[in-house]
Amino acid sequence: MKYFYLVWKSVWRKKVRTWLTILSIIVAFLLYGLLQALNYAFNSGADLANAHRLVTINKVSLINPLPMSYLQRIRSVAGVADATHADWFGGYYQEPRTQLANFPVDPEAYLRINQEVQIAPQDLKRWKSERDGILVGRSLATQYGWKVGDRIPIGATIWQRKDGNPVWDFQVSGIFDDTRGNTAYNLLRYDYFDEARAQGKGSVGWFVFMIDPQADAARVAEQVDGMFENSAAETRTSTEQAFSESFIKQFGDVGFIIRSILGAVFFTIVLVSGNTMAQSVRERIPELAVLKTLGFRDTGLLGIVLGESVLVVLLGGVIGLGLAMAILSAVAEQFASVLPNMSLTDSAAIQAILIMLGLGVFTGVMPAMTAMRLSIVDALGRR
Amino acid sequence: MSDILVQLDDVKKNFRKGKDVVEVLHSIHMQVPKGDFVALMGPSGSGKTTLLNLLGGLDKPTEGSVEIGGERIDRMSGRGLSAWRARHIGFVFQFYNLLPVLNAEHNVALPLLLTTLNSKQRRKHAQTALAVVGLGDRSSHYPRELSGGQEQRVAIARAIVSDPTLLLCDEPTGDLDRTAADDILGLLKTLNEQHGKTIILVTHDPAAADFAKRTLHLDKGTLVNGSGS
Repeated sequence: MKYFYLVWKSVWRKKVRTWLTILSIIVAFLLYGLLQALNYAFNSGADLANAHRLVTINKVSLINPLPMSYLQRIRSVAGVADATHADWFGGYYQEPRTQLANFPVDPEAYLRINQEVQIAPQDLKRWKSERDGILVGRSLATQYGWKVGDRIPIGATIWQRKDGNPVWDFQVSGIFDDTRGNTAYNLLRYDYFDEARAQGKGSVGWFVFMIDPQADAARVAEQVDGMFENSAAETRTSTEQAFSESFIKQFGDVGFIIRSILGAVFFTIVLVSGNTMAQSVRERIPELAVLKTLGFRDTGLLGIVLGESVLVVLLGGVIGLGLAMAILSAVAEQFASVLPNMSLTDSAAIQAILIMLGLGVFTGVMPAMTAMRLSIVDALGRR
Repeated sequence: MSDILVQLDDVKKNFRKGKDVVEVLHSIHMQVPKGDFVALMGPSGSGKTTLLNLLGGLDKPTEGSVEIGGERIDRMSGRGLSAWRARHIGFVFQFYNLLPVLNAEHNVALPLLLTTLNSKQRRKHAQTALAVVGLGDRSSHYPRELSGGQEQRVAIARAIVSDPTLLLCDEPTGDLDRTAADDILGLLKTLNEQHGKTIILVTHDPAAADFAKRTLHLDKGTLVNGSGS
């Protein structure tokens, strides 16, 4: 620690150059923070998935429908404990950019299978009695100020009404919580939705079913898909986790895209910061030689130069990460309906600190070795 | 013998230039008693700085022994030499070699970072050293805010702050005008006479050599006035 002052002063030897380097590191870690939060938001669904819950979708793709009639056949498969269906309604509130996640479901069966959804008994009772009722997630209710009894107009994005009205009008029957944490979605009644929609009647988006605890998920999935082989709508069944992952992959391999961007960014930082450190050491070789002359050991010089590069990266990294956290907390509410759980996790923050230390050491090690190995006599002769 | 601080016996130093080996110092024998102030003179290329580097443990002789304060420094490892230099040698360079990012006090305190002193003690020692060289009121000034003579005084303060056994000065007035040079040489003389510092001064300026108690002449790698004792 007694060398810290020397390290600190050396870092600021060329203020403009140091600030430019720090700025580039700030941008890199700002990007890191935002992209990691995005990655977490995309993948948190998969992390919270239930291993005994399976999902059957159209083999062609998730957006292709399946006949409702499949439900009874799935229920009849050995090992299937309970089954239900769901669909993607989408829709927007007030303006097209305020997209919502709405799912038409069978109230009783859906809540049996998704026991993570917590709802007050009176709200459930009300929902069952109101065909145009909607159960709203806690975070959306808070965000838009919805309360029981409110009427919510939702603009159609996929499903048009058969009466030609572009807006679906729902009444809030209740507000639910979800132990998985994400409550940025709403549940509609499938019976009402199916009756009122202009096209696609009798079809659903996917089936969700629970298997017995002792059942083999892979065997059950194979059996379900086998039943619908060579039909007009063949199926693909997987665990909920695999389903969540394939859902995310509709947008592309988010993890790969993010890793690629960050890889390019950090590679650039290695070049920028490494060049700065190399230049900084080159231009003060005689000074480093003086330190050696005074009795500073080779390892001492190594530590001082490495300390400088780690300090520069830490300064930029911590500021960048702090900015990312500030931005995330400012926009989290606005993105709650599309990307809930968009936040920087503790593990991502720790990983960032480790990356900073690694980058600092990596970019400083060559100049530090130069400083360590320099010959006093030769270096003083360069004056 | 106990008052002999520096003892060089049959010291040779060779440098390799391409395929050729050049002998820069030939069989140097030299003794410097404690409390002496020796001027080492000679033309450019005569080997003065090479000899000084050997005395300061910055380089090792090709042959012969270099004994300072009873220790054979030519046998020490690099790590051992670093620690030895920190304890026993104070260096003063022609171009001062102060760190521009540190103020006078922090420059002077640099060698003390290698000791067990705490920051308060380091600060006190640095201020004392600055007071000795007459710059007690310039401790917060950066090198760019000082004149050449003042910078060299700060460098001398840095050289004496850890109370070294031997002060090695390599052309300390080479970059100064006559007045500033005389001030610096006067200061070195005071350090020798009043503080008992043993000083070896490399110079090619006869006026600078006049401040020393005796002068040794080096010519083409050989001490021309005998053994140098």
